This record gives sequence, C-alpha cells and structure tokens, in this order.
Amino acid sequence: MNGIHDMGGMQDMGPVHEEKNEPVFHHPWEGRVFAITRSMSAWRKWNLDALRHQRELIPPSEYLRMSYYEIWLAGLLELSVNFGLVTRAEIESGQPAAGPAKRTPALTADKVTALVAHGSPASRDVPVTPRFQAGQHVRARNINPVGHTRLPRYARGKLGTVERDHGVFVFPDTDAHFLGEKPQHVYSVRFQARELWGEAAKPLDTVYIAMWDDYLEPA
Amino acid sequence: MQSTRRDFLTTAATAAGAAAASDLSVHAQDHEHTHEHSHQAVPSDLALRVKSLESLLVEKGLVDRAALDALIDTYEHKVGPRNGARVVARAWVDPVYKQRLLSDSDKAIGDLGFGGQQGEHMVVVENTPAVHNMVVCTLCSCYPWPVLGLPPVWYKSAPYRSRSVIDPRGVLREFGLELPDDVEVRVWDSTAELRYLVLPERPVGTESLTEDELAALITRDSMIGVGKVPPPREGGAK
Repeated sequence: MNGIHDMGGMQDMGPVHEEKNEPVFHHPWEGRVFAITRSMSAWRKWNLDALRHQRELIPPSEYLRMSYYEIWLAGLLELSVNFGLVTRAEIESGQPAAGPAKRTPALTADKVTALVAHGSPASRDVPVTPRFQAGQHVRARNINPVGHTRLPRYARGKLGTVERDHGVFVFPDTDAHFLGEKPQHVYSVRFQARELWGEAAKPLDTVYIAMWDDYLEPA
Repeated sequence: MQSTRRDFLTTAATAAGAAAASDLSVHAQDHEHTHEHSHQAVPSDLALRVKSLESLLVEKGLVDRAALDALIDTYEHKVGPRNGARVVARAWVDPVYKQRLLSDSDKAIGDLGFGGQQGEHMVVVENTPAVHNMVVCTLCSCYPWPVLGLPPVWYKSAPYRSRSVIDPRGVLREFGLELPDDVEVRVWDSTAELRYLVLPERPVGTESLTEDELAALITRDSMIGVGKVPPPREGGAK
C-alpha cells in the first residue's frame, strides 16, 4: 500500500531532533502498551507482518499526529477486536462481558526470558532455489500492491546489484494477509544514490535494501 | 476497510491523537522550543485508557501483569546499547572475533550472550576510512533490540525515516558529523527481518585501553552510524 508509513525520500519532515539522556519509555503507559502488545501477540492470532500492516492502515493525518506508542496501541486494539480476543464494548466499558471463563495468559512471567532470548526467527529452513546470485544486476519491480509490502516506493523500478544472499525468509506480502508464508530468498541489494535520486546525490553514496525474490527481476 | 478505519479511530485514536501535539509536526516547526513539552502533551486520558485496557485484559486472562512488568524491566534495565558496546569492543581487540562477527554475526553476538527478539538475523557492517555505514528503517522502526535496546524516538521519527535515504549527509550533519565526498555513505534500509549493527572505527589514541575501557567509550549513535566513537581525550567515556 502506498501509505504514509513508506516515508523514504520525503523532504518536508523537518530536522532530526536527538533527545539527550532519553529514557526507554517517556511515560509508564508507553511501557505498558509495549508489553501488552508483546503479550497479546503471544496468542499467535496474528503475525508480525499483520501487526505492521494494521499500523499502516491508520489514516495518514492520524499517523503523523500520533506518537509511536499511540500507533502501537491503535494497531493492537484493532487486531484484538478483529480476532475476537476483546470486543469494542469491553474496551469502552473496561469490563469483561459476562460469559466466557477467565483464560490462562499465553505469555506468563516465567516465559518472558525465553521469549526475549529466542525471539521469533523469520527464516525458514526449507529448500528454495534462489532466483538471483551475488553480483547480478537486478531491477526492483514496479509494483503498487494495495496490501502490505516491504518494497519501498523509492526503490521501485530502480536498478541495483545483488550483494549477498541471506537465505530463505517468510514473505511479508502474503504473510500479513494470512495467505501463507511463501518462503523465498532475501538479498542485500545495492543501489547507487544517483540511481535513486539523480545527479544531485554524491557519486559514491549507496543505499542497501533487503529484497525478497518476488521484488526483483533480472536487469 | 473504510469502516474499519473509522471504528478504530473512535475506539483507540481520536481522543489521544486529536489532543496530542505531535512530536513530528511540532518538531518540524520549532523543535528547540517545544521539545521539553512534546512528550507531556499526551493527554492523561490516554494513560487512563491504557490502564483500563490492562485491567480488562488481566481480568479476561489474556495478559499476565507479572509478564508485563518483566518485559518492561528487561528493556529498561537489561537490554540496551551496553550490549552492543561489548560486541564492538571485543571486535576491536580480537581480530579473529571480528572476522566471525562480520561473517557469522548471529553466532558471534550469541557467543557474548546476546540475541533473540528483533535480533534473530543480525548483519554487522564495518566502518572504514572509505565507507561510512548508517542504519534506518524507512517503513517503520526496525532496530536491533538485543544489542541496542529499544530505538530512541528520533530513530522512529518521520524526519529520520524520510531523509536518511535521500539526504544522509544532511542528517549526519545534524548529528555533528561531516563526511568528505570521497567517503562512501552507505545507508542500510531495514526493510526485511535483517537487523544491522554498525561496527564503528576504533578511535586513535586508544591502543593502551582495555576491552572494558573501550566498551565505555562506545556510543549508541556510533553503532547506528550517526556518529563516530569519540577519542577518550574528548570526554567520550561515560
């Protein structure tokens, strides 16, 4: 989806401001939203790609106005409702609806250390033939899917060179929509800054973008 | 889709979003002036909403309050850029480790006890006199948690995400780093599940320092690639 989240190359966002001695969370509620999101994801009703896509669906004007953890909260609430973990009425009232018995949380405190230490690898140990080799010239496909994609707009149609094959990974464009993992190779592809941005860019500068097989075509 | 968005706004975002002065747009206009206030501009209503949500989820047995506390404690106190600094310092003093770090990053980082969530697939990129690496996630906020902790606000902000790929040198100047044209600025956009750690250059004048002393010099920003590690005389140690 050509959404506001796909920001690479925009020029009107102002300077970067670094906060000295920045805390991990600026307010207690931010830490709670972070931790609740991790905990709710442990129910495995959705995957990371779906979670990212849900945040991307926030309307652009809201997305730009919201702080980071507000965006997390909005995505979490939407998925939690869509997958039947809570109802909107419950969120509004703060009270559980009568009926279902209390569950046992998917992520209990004793499992946190293992979750943090092992994560959720997105690589897949399946034999998939790579479509490209290191050193090969490629073009990023000019596609504009209305769903989730990790092919940024600024790279589409541009020529690059495969630098390294990182192996086989889940494909976000299908995974985000629960259409299967479609495992395929991911490469580091080098793009000259001038290919991306024209002659004003410095001649030596480059951008390396991680690309799935389905994002590339031979050039 | 449209009705979904509308519902979601009334449920989650409107009260907070409409009242909150945004970091992003406010900073764009006058970041120096507003910066102290921006994080307090979030209405208390949002804190209340989150508290209410947490209570609801605990009552339904969907989340465990002790697990929430443990997650927050982990990222506030246990996982952060000091981990990455250990990795870099080791690479500076041990050439064999450095080679492994560059070629088999997950394993080498794991050998120091770090790894896991949002660092399952690490790529370490080395700064040299000829190449300066910097890391961004233009699409969201991907960042190597096990070695750097959770990302700072600026890394997740629209200015950094948008400009790093088209104007990396301008962004670096805002961090106080001016690079000559004969240095390649190499930007890594974290579009996949690969997470990047920059191996910064070891500053001159540190030949006699121990690994621990070196680790104390290494800044978070140098491992994102928006700064260099300052030599000890400039007060880099902290």
